Amino acid sequence: MAITLKINGREEQVDAAPGTPLLWVLRDHLKLTGTKFGCGVAQCGACTVHIDGKPTRSCVLPHESLDGAAVTTIEGLSGSAADAVRNVWIEDDVPQCGYCQSGQIMAASALISENGNPSDGDIDKAMTNLCRCATYMSIRRAIKKAAQKA
Amino acid sequence: MFLRELGIVPGAAAQTKLGTGSPSAKLTNLSRRGFVGGSGLFVLGIALAGCDTYVEPDVDASAFNLGDPGASPLTDVGGGDATPGLWIAISEDGTVNITCHRSEMGQQVWTSMAQIVADELEADWDTVSITQAEGHERYGDQNTDGSRSVRYNFHRLRVAGAAMRHMLTEAAAMFWEVEASDCTADAGLVRNNKSGETLGYGNLAELAAKQPIPAEDAITLKEPGQWRFIGQEVPSLTIPKITRGEGQFGIDVDVPGMVHAVVARPPQVFGRTGTVDDAAALKVQGVIQTVRLPDAKAPALFQPLGGVAVVAKDTWAAIQGRNALNIAWGDGPNAAYDSQEYGETLKAASRRKGAVQRSRGDVYADLSGAAKTVSAEYFAPHLTQSPMEPPSGTARWTGEKLECWGCVQDPQETRNVLSEALGIDKANITVTPTWLGGAFGRKSKPDFMIEAALIAKEVGKPVKVTWTREDDVRHGFYHAVSAQRMEAGLDETGACTSWLHRTTFPSISSTFANGVSSPSAGEVGMGATDVPFAAPNLRIEAGEAKGHVRTGWLRSVCNIFHAFAVQSFAGELAHAAGRDQKDYLLDLIGPDRVIDPASEGAQYGNYGGSAEEYPIETARLKAVAEKAAGMAQWGRTMPERHGLGIAVHRSFLAYVATVIEAKVSEDGKLTIPGVWVAIDAGTVINPRHVRAQMEGGTIYGLSNALYGEITAKNGAIVQDNFPSWRLMKMAEAPRAFEVEILRSNKPPAGVGEPGTPPAAPALANAIFAATGTRFRTLPMIGANGTRLPLGNPSTKA
Repeated sequence: MAITLKINGREEQVDAAPGTPLLWVLRDHLKLTGTKFGCGVAQCGACTVHIDGKPTRSCVLPHESLDGAAVTTIEGLSGSAADAVRNVWIEDDVPQCGYCQSGQIMAASALISENGNPSDGDIDKAMTNLCRCATYMSIRRAIKKAAQKA
Repeated sequence: MFLRELGIVPGAAAQTKLGTGSPSAKLTNLSRRGFVGGSGLFVLGIALAGCDTYVEPDVDASAFNLGDPGASPLTDVGGGDATPGLWIAISEDGTVNITCHRSEMGQQVWTSMAQIVADELEADWDTVSITQAEGHERYGDQNTDGSRSVRYNFHRLRVAGAAMRHMLTEAAAMFWEVEASDCTADAGLVRNNKSGETLGYGNLAELAAKQPIPAEDAITLKEPGQWRFIGQEVPSLTIPKITRGEGQFGIDVDVPGMVHAVVARPPQVFGRTGTVDDAAALKVQGVIQTVRLPDAKAPALFQPLGGVAVVAKDTWAAIQGRNALNIAWGDGPNAAYDSQEYGETLKAASRRKGAVQRSRGDVYADLSGAAKTVSAEYFAPHLTQSPMEPPSGTARWTGEKLECWGCVQDPQETRNVLSEALGIDKANITVTPTWLGGAFGRKSKPDFMIEAALIAKEVGKPVKVTWTREDDVRHGFYHAVSAQRMEAGLDETGACTSWLHRTTFPSISSTFANGVSSPSAGEVGMGATDVPFAAPNLRIEAGEAKGHVRTGWLRSVCNIFHAFAVQSFAGELAHAAGRDQKDYLLDLIGPDRVIDPASEGAQYGNYGGSAEEYPIETARLKAVAEKAAGMAQWGRTMPERHGLGIAVHRSFLAYVATVIEAKVSEDGKLTIPGVWVAIDAGTVINPRHVRAQMEGGTIYGLSNALYGEITAKNGAIVQDNFPSWRLMKMAEAPRAFEVEILRSNKPPAGVGEPGTPPAAPALANAIFAATGTRFRTLPMIGANGTRLPLGNPSTKA
């Protein structure tokens, strides 16, 4: 049975099995592959999207639970915090392989939207996404810089 | 990495030298009018497979207009084929498209390869784009492993760029009817120095293509002082896309009509697939069918492990279908493997004499007469690479041709093994690498691509195989478990007079041949036989060990456990001698000289670098050690329960020193206030890339040393997903991290891996300085711990 999801401001018809996590609806059904699969158990954060502006791990989120919610993915992320994050990410070469970075950018943008001057502790708490390339130091520096620009 | 350098796979594939000859056979005569306006896309160079977003490249062998190989005088310059058309295509609009034949996995190889070409080409950086090459022998080595993309290609890519610049300049001179010496190429234009006129590369492309390719001696390479991109912090060609969720990783590949598959694999390597009940799986909504894969047979090679694939309309349905399978797994020859017990076996082996790998003087005589002897045993577990993108491959079988896309580090080897596994002529197979979401050695083992091809052939549709994280953790090619025993003799002054190192670990060779129980020269050459210490008596021995899982290479390979033992033991000797750790380390290294392990019986491969070009220079080791120590203000008064530790190690031809500050609370809570790294990697293409690799490589080492452990019980891997396999997180990462790159005009060395080896021993030395507890067993904390077990004697070996 098809249901309607609001993704990046557009209404999308989705016909996936009940219980299918939003992650796989995005990737396999809607071809929005910017949101990544890393663990499937909400541990790594590669699949982070915004649900009504809040960073949320989409790999354990049944898509049918999102009736009426606004889903934003990396492809649709916009606004001053997102712009600041993207600009600093590019200026400072923050990503390495980039695979986890959609999730990192979703988490960092949400943090900066809420907190214009995040402390190290705030960053530790908000940025629990894993990065095997270990861009952690770059991300920490970049968040502080982006917060000043947002 | 470098099987051939490790001496593991004999008979390297013959390298076909194909030039592009005349860059295009389709050129029309140039007229002056041709420069005005112009229509359509004119490309100087060969038509290229793929594109930088590369969905569904239309790979057509006939599109490679290779021309007459004999017509290019540049098919065999140092490093391989430098025929400009192989690497560079210039469109009429001035776009400079550079072919990157190495896999992009975050080391920024797209950018660094382009910097080298564009510099000699005198290109305008804003016009540069990249095509990812498919796997083909014409590119030479494409195995993106062993930290060698830059050093293997630096010279020939410079030649290619310079040759193209030469041809563009000749074309402009012909057009203006002046001497080439009256023309200067500069930032995408050629200038007529007499008239001041300029012509863009796009306008010149057609005429330039008609110029003969110059011989190498007719090409003048730029002097380092003239470089405009090499050595500079040129912005990344990948990162802007990454920030928008663009770019394509292996797991993102989408082919029309594609179905999705996951595979249930036997828990043990060489375990058997018995009866399969797939009735419930086939009832899962979205599941299409199941496919039984053949059992794997020893040796493992890169073959898939067997099991049952579930094919479905989406990945989630495939995973649900797999969960519903009922499979009776049968035991194989590794059913009894218990990695903890095996660790004890390795330790016991390292207490016996092993096969001598390098020797000078008489270590045993010196040890028996030494004023003081020190011994220690170190243990390191299996590890898994765990790139954030798990392995994923997509295959399409048309009945004649097999097309594959995925996150492979070595597309040529992938093509070779696909040909063998499926019995398809290589000429009918294409393999195009996507971006790799991390790799660290895992993705040079293309078992996942063979799975995709086998399933695609069976179901008659394009298939994407996705590995879940559980698959990645349980069915990997694991870093070897290892035991090291160190013994040293000190004289009355505390100086080291004898150095004995016994290393015991299952060889990577055991994955590729049956019955192997000794390490290869390449493996012991990563941190054991190349030890740079000056003790008059020195002996390196290797014990016997069999493999029970697929042993594979992982970022920096055997350097991990060798550097951990060697550099930790150096710290232990300093303590035994009552000396400063850094001063003692420099004394161990001794006077400035070149180390030649071969002169003392070692079969030393030097990472494939020649001893002339890449000697082991102790002066460079000491220079990075002094530099890192200086950055950390070595010798400063430390706060209570803080300590500094140092390690210095040469690997992949680069010299890296790491100083770590550790802070450890009474109850074992560890924080890392600072890390200071100094590297001498010879000529550096982009300092940003080097700094990123030093940060990333160091954390990779620290993460493994603190938390990383793969264990096996009854032949099966115990861990399955995060956090039972645990990585360092943001909150645990060092608060401050400084990197200094020593200026050098020596040949370029590797940078992707050398940051990793010194990390663990620098940390162990720092924790010892902070607490007096010496950690000789890894991981120090483990997946479930929160504190360093300071009081637990088992950590002290």
